[in-house]
Amino acid sequence: MAKTGALGDKIFKVLLMIAATSILLIVAAIFAMMLRSSLPTIKQFGVAFLFGTEWKPAQEVFGALPFIYGTVVSSLLSLLLAVPVSLGIAIFLVEQAPKKLARPIGFMVELLAAIPSVVYGLWGIFVLAPVIRNYIGPVLQGNLGFLPIFGGRVTGIGMLTAAIILALMITPIITAVVRDVLEAVPTTQREAAFALGATKWETTIIVLGNAASGIAGAVVLGLGRAIGETMAVTMVIGNSPQMSPSLFEPANTIASLLAANFAEATDKIYLSALIEIGLVLFLVTFIVNAFAKLLIMSVSRRMQRA
Amino acid sequence: MILKNLYITLFITAAVLFSFGCSGQKLGETNDGGDTGGTIRLQGSGSTFAKPMYEKWANEYGKLHPNVKIDYQGTGSGAGQKALLSKTSDFGASDDPMSDEDLAKGESPILHIPTVLGAVVLTYNLKDVKEPLRLTPETIADIYLGKIKKWNDPKLKADNPNTALPDADILPIYRADSSGTSAVFTDFLTKTNAEWKEKIGMNKQPSWITGVGIGAKGNDGVMGQVTQTPNAIGYVELTFAKANDLTTAQIKNRSGEFVAATPESVSAAVAETVAQMPDDLRIQITDTAAKNGYPIASYTYILVYKDQTNTAAGKALADFLWWALHDGNSFVEDLHYVPLPAGILSKVELKINSMTGGGKVLRQQ
Amino acid sequence: MSATANSIHSRRRIINAVMTGLTTACAMLISLILLFIIGYIAWKGVSSLSVEFLTQTPKPVGEGGGIGNSILGSAMMTALASAIGLPVGIAAGLYLSEYGSNWYGNTIRFVADTLIGIPSIIIGIFVYTLVVIPMGRQSGFAGGIALALIMIPIVARTTEEMVRLVPNTMREGALALGAPQWRVSWNIVLPAAASGIATGAMLAIARITGETAPLLFTALNSRFYNYYYDQPMSSLTVQIYNYATGPFEVEHAMAWAATLILVALILIINVIVRTLTRKKY
Repeated sequence: MAKTGALGDKIFKVLLMIAATSILLIVAAIFAMMLRSSLPTIKQFGVAFLFGTEWKPAQEVFGALPFIYGTVVSSLLSLLLAVPVSLGIAIFLVEQAPKKLARPIGFMVELLAAIPSVVYGLWGIFVLAPVIRNYIGPVLQGNLGFLPIFGGRVTGIGMLTAAIILALMITPIITAVVRDVLEAVPTTQREAAFALGATKWETTIIVLGNAASGIAGAVVLGLGRAIGETMAVTMVIGNSPQMSPSLFEPANTIASLLAANFAEATDKIYLSALIEIGLVLFLVTFIVNAFAKLLIMSVSRRMQRA
Repeated sequence: MILKNLYITLFITAAVLFSFGCSGQKLGETNDGGDTGGTIRLQGSGSTFAKPMYEKWANEYGKLHPNVKIDYQGTGSGAGQKALLSKTSDFGASDDPMSDEDLAKGESPILHIPTVLGAVVLTYNLKDVKEPLRLTPETIADIYLGKIKKWNDPKLKADNPNTALPDADILPIYRADSSGTSAVFTDFLTKTNAEWKEKIGMNKQPSWITGVGIGAKGNDGVMGQVTQTPNAIGYVELTFAKANDLTTAQIKNRSGEFVAATPESVSAAVAETVAQMPDDLRIQITDTAAKNGYPIASYTYILVYKDQTNTAAGKALADFLWWALHDGNSFVEDLHYVPLPAGILSKVELKINSMTGGGKVLRQQ
Repeated sequence: MSATANSIHSRRRIINAVMTGLTTACAMLISLILLFIIGYIAWKGVSSLSVEFLTQTPKPVGEGGGIGNSILGSAMMTALASAIGLPVGIAAGLYLSEYGSNWYGNTIRFVADTLIGIPSIIIGIFVYTLVVIPMGRQSGFAGGIALALIMIPIVARTTEEMVRLVPNTMREGALALGAPQWRVSWNIVLPAAASGIATGAMLAIARITGETAPLLFTALNSRFYNYYYDQPMSSLTVQIYNYATGPFEVEHAMAWAATLILVALILIINVIVRTLTRKKY
């Protein structure tokens, strides 16, 4: 019986290992395929590809900067909106709410993450865009229009709409991770603070301090998700490769460019440029997610030590 | 034990799925290879300009021949050309004829089959303006170059003295994807406006002035943006504007007349080009010399390989094209397209009859 | 001195109250937004629901039609993706928890987490190059593969976490009785973690049902009922996208109704999963 056991063990382990290794193979294959297909534009444009400001397939001029700009700005703006709210929700759920309230509210926040991207896009086109066009836009432009970020034409389609939708989509992720991280902080920390006469809020600040790198990780994770978001963004951002200071003006992101134009690239160089810009997106999300993971892992390590 | 059962169920499901999952059909092939019975599936993709027409034709043809399923996807003329070249579609559809360069990429010769004529109209979302606006090549070019920024610009007012134009920003909508409609539109502007010719020129994917407006995907997308956004203007095929009840502009043609897009004005525009139609049927007919001709009219094409690798599918395709150009005519006008002029129809018939499969001509003469 | 002490104290109390109010407001805001989104979808979508809508295929604008083929297409591609993604993902997760406490396991874990974060449109482009071009057409098969690639790392990580929760005493007990390692994993550990793995699987299924971008170039779309995988296949998500970005009111209405079905399905899965895992608390 020991013999069959050993053979069975080997086969079992190998089968499982193949399955697990497939993950490595998938990522490696994606990277290799994209690199190979991008070689023509890499050879032709080099690093200038990343800094070129004009994207003109007809003239074979390919500069990725407007899309990198759009991706970065929409993501950072969405973080600006989402992080305070997410922190607030996480603090509410962990530190303040009674268990009976925390569960349904936590559940609702998680449901927000389950709603598909295209549904957010649909809602963005028909609900959010008119609200921005008819209410938020005129109010902001009327009062603060002298600021460049509130200039431009208010159409309801543009950077701000995309950022708000993105903020809604990344809030559940940030909340979930911050919540886990806050729950991981040992209660002894809170008890010590209370013993010294701190208010609930002051205690919370101490707990936040303990969880700081984990919170940073959550934020970076939200950033990673926002960078890669495709459908909701492409439906409300306006497909315009411009880098305008105004939040109301249309823009474009890498993912949105790929969604709109990948199917029609007949020229080798055009296809190569699209895949290269996709490769940029791939690498950026890879690095951002890796960084987030490291930050979050460092918290759990510190908690184990404490 | 739950998991064991789960695994078994999954495995059986997967096995069942895979065994049924492959119909064994090559693109367009019948199940049994015979010429009676068996479903033939034809995949077409491309132009959104012609999408309502092809969807209607496919639907009606399907009622007459239930075993022929024609699946048309509006992905844009550029994508349609690519799909044909990479053979992921049985036929492509494009309003802009393929360039020599792209034709050379095909494994075997490609035929351009004109199907109907359509008009690219300028449609706009101005609630309070009920009458059609009058636009000239200069004003259109200036709007899309970003030089005319407001509806009550003096240049627009000069052409429309009796219309109250609002003091609002114009929002031009353009095609972000590779589009035959864009090609026709820019072809018109390139022929009629020197500044446009110099700065942007004619292309399926023009390099729009940065920041001039919003990009949308497909005729549907442009029309959708225009209907959703007040003060927007976009260029679409006439059928889309009609279906959404939005007014379209009257365009000044070469003779100085402000012409609306109607079957008559499109027919007038094409009539005088019939004699100039080249053998391969690739032509742009914008900027007509006809006095009452609409200046932004265009043929739209179905692209097929002359030599069909699959005989059964090729015959079905040829038969469908024949039907579309003859019996299918009865559906053309309801959708606001214009049938091919008689002089062209005979040339197209020759093209369809020249399609071969397995060395033999596909259609029985 | 008591006066300043009091004022500092009351200031701290005020800050405490204000911040508590703010955080509560955040939580309420998000909950309200969610309820509003769901309610809006329900309100807009209900009026277009009908048997015709659920069973027919799309027709030219104005002639009615429905999303029957999209529902079937989504179901078929999700089924294919699960048939591939669940076994591979569960096996990978099992490997990570039982054998993966070394550098190799750590690498795989790390790469899996980053694969989860890769934009799904990149996966679509990858599958287009790998499957669509050689096959010579878009297909439900390619769409299913793309969804499976998204599923595998998610299922692997949730499986690993669930299996890790199984107490080591169970493993040790079985080993002490002389069972080989593989029997321990297969007959003892897996069944014990089964409910957890199942919930992870269901969440992954809910997730890929909502994916659009990877299907755009791989499955394309179709106006017909397709019962075979080697042809372009419609899906709820792509159809919603097409209808939403078009100009026709009737299509917008159908987009809302299709969204209602999609979101209802996903929410039901999530609610079931949550109620099942409530035992853990």
